[in-house]
Amino acid sequence: MELILETLGLAESAKLLSLSPPGWGANLLRGLANSLKIASGAFGFGLLIGLFGAYGKLYGGPVLRDLLAIYTTVIRAVPELVLILILYYVGTDLINQASSAMGYGRVEISGIVAGIWVLGIVQGAYSIEVLRGAILAVPPGQIEAARAFGMPPLMTMWRVTIPAMMSFATPGLANLWLIATKDTALLAIVGFSELTLETRQAASSTRAYFTFFLAAGGLYLMVTLCSGAVFGRIEKWARRGQPSLREDRG
Amino acid sequence: MPTAASADPLPEPDTRAEAIHVEDLHKSFGSLEVLKGVSLKAKKGDVVAIIGGSGSGKSTMLRCINFLETPSSGRIVIDGEEVKVNADGSPADRRQIERIRTRLAMVFQQFNLWTHRTLLENIIEVPVYVLKVPRAEAIAQAKVLLDRVGLGDKIETFPAFLSGGQQQRGAIARALAVDPNVMLFDEPTSALDPELVGEVLTVIRDLAAEGRTMLLVTHEMKFAREVANHVVYLFEGRIEEQGPPAEVFGNPQSQRLKQFLSSVS
Repeated sequence: MELILETLGLAESAKLLSLSPPGWGANLLRGLANSLKIASGAFGFGLLIGLFGAYGKLYGGPVLRDLLAIYTTVIRAVPELVLILILYYVGTDLINQASSAMGYGRVEISGIVAGIWVLGIVQGAYSIEVLRGAILAVPPGQIEAARAFGMPPLMTMWRVTIPAMMSFATPGLANLWLIATKDTALLAIVGFSELTLETRQAASSTRAYFTFFLAAGGLYLMVTLCSGAVFGRIEKWARRGQPSLREDRG
Repeated sequence: MPTAASADPLPEPDTRAEAIHVEDLHKSFGSLEVLKGVSLKAKKGDVVAIIGGSGSGKSTMLRCINFLETPSSGRIVIDGEEVKVNADGSPADRRQIERIRTRLAMVFQQFNLWTHRTLLENIIEVPVYVLKVPRAEAIAQAKVLLDRVGLGDKIETFPAFLSGGQQQRGAIARALAVDPNVMLFDEPTSALDPELVGEVLTVIRDLAAEGRTMLLVTHEMKFAREVANHVVYLFEGRIEEQGPPAEVFGNPQSQRLKQFLSSVS
């Protein structure tokens, strides 16, 4: 192993990326773990916003519909980097003002919670549209059958609408998840030590920019590949009961 | 309005309970008035066939009975219980209408089996989740029902892999699984290939023979004549003529019904 690295001239890189100091590998993995925590938290939070938002847009009153339209339009119009700056500083500022108004001092806000909140708000706007489209694609007869048999609205949503829309929503949601993993890199700008910031620190300390950014790129690629496999399984499950187009064409 | 029923000699007093009572039902979609005051009574064990041309309002009437469509005005009484409505005609008490709907099972033109569930899961869905029947009991009952409609070997199959006739028989089994007081059939054979109509009609005929109360919107005149004990002919949102099938089909009074019958036979 070492001989191969030696002949390829990669011994130096391997040393830099090693998991134990003086290698920076552990830092990169810690950054990756933080990125994944934020991405999954934000994706989940966004999904929650998306589900309620989609229902609000489809069945809500005019005021709720207008508010949701403003939310999705504004969030999707403003560049994510700008949104992150706004939401991060506005969010922390509001919390601090509230806390000092109630007589407490400044609050230390956990980077992970802040990251989830900021990216979750962004993800929510896109989720609303993905899920709204998916709900609209469910044949009305499916929901009508549930109503005709006396199913209450929430049960209809949980037992009929959500499972029936999953096959329409999965591709869009897989996109959103991948965007979430990569958007975590934008949090570097507010000093949150996710993968990109860890990488930059390692790179600038050692001057081995190429090595570290290539390694980070590799890690992001791994995340994408694993996600692809997971979403492939989810999609297969969501499409159960639907004839496969490919098999039909033989 | 001439109705064949009035010409009937009075039969023995009928002591059967009233299953459905619709009174002066109106329904408009925007400015289009689809139902212009329809009244209908069905007693327990009655099989009422509702016939009429396209756009006559027959499906709308059926869908108003379980409030899939909100009637514009009128009273609907199911098993002696009047559906409470708001000023705009929508159900006032969600729980009441849900409870009533579980006693009115509907069979749709497009089957509407839940595509993401197997046939067995489709049948047990409402008993288990709405009526809170123990799962094992619901499964045992579902298997009996599926055997009865001739789908005992298809319980693990998803609806998309069944023929239209099989799906509709499955949908009938789903309706039977709630042990309904009244079954509402909304053109159950209209979406089927001609050679599949027979198998579905056979199942419905059996149900009629065992005394199920049914409202049946249909285009199958021969079948309506055979299974129904009361036939209602709708024309442009009004009941043009009604009575026993022998009268309505054998001796139609109104010109429109005569025309309709000659055009469909």
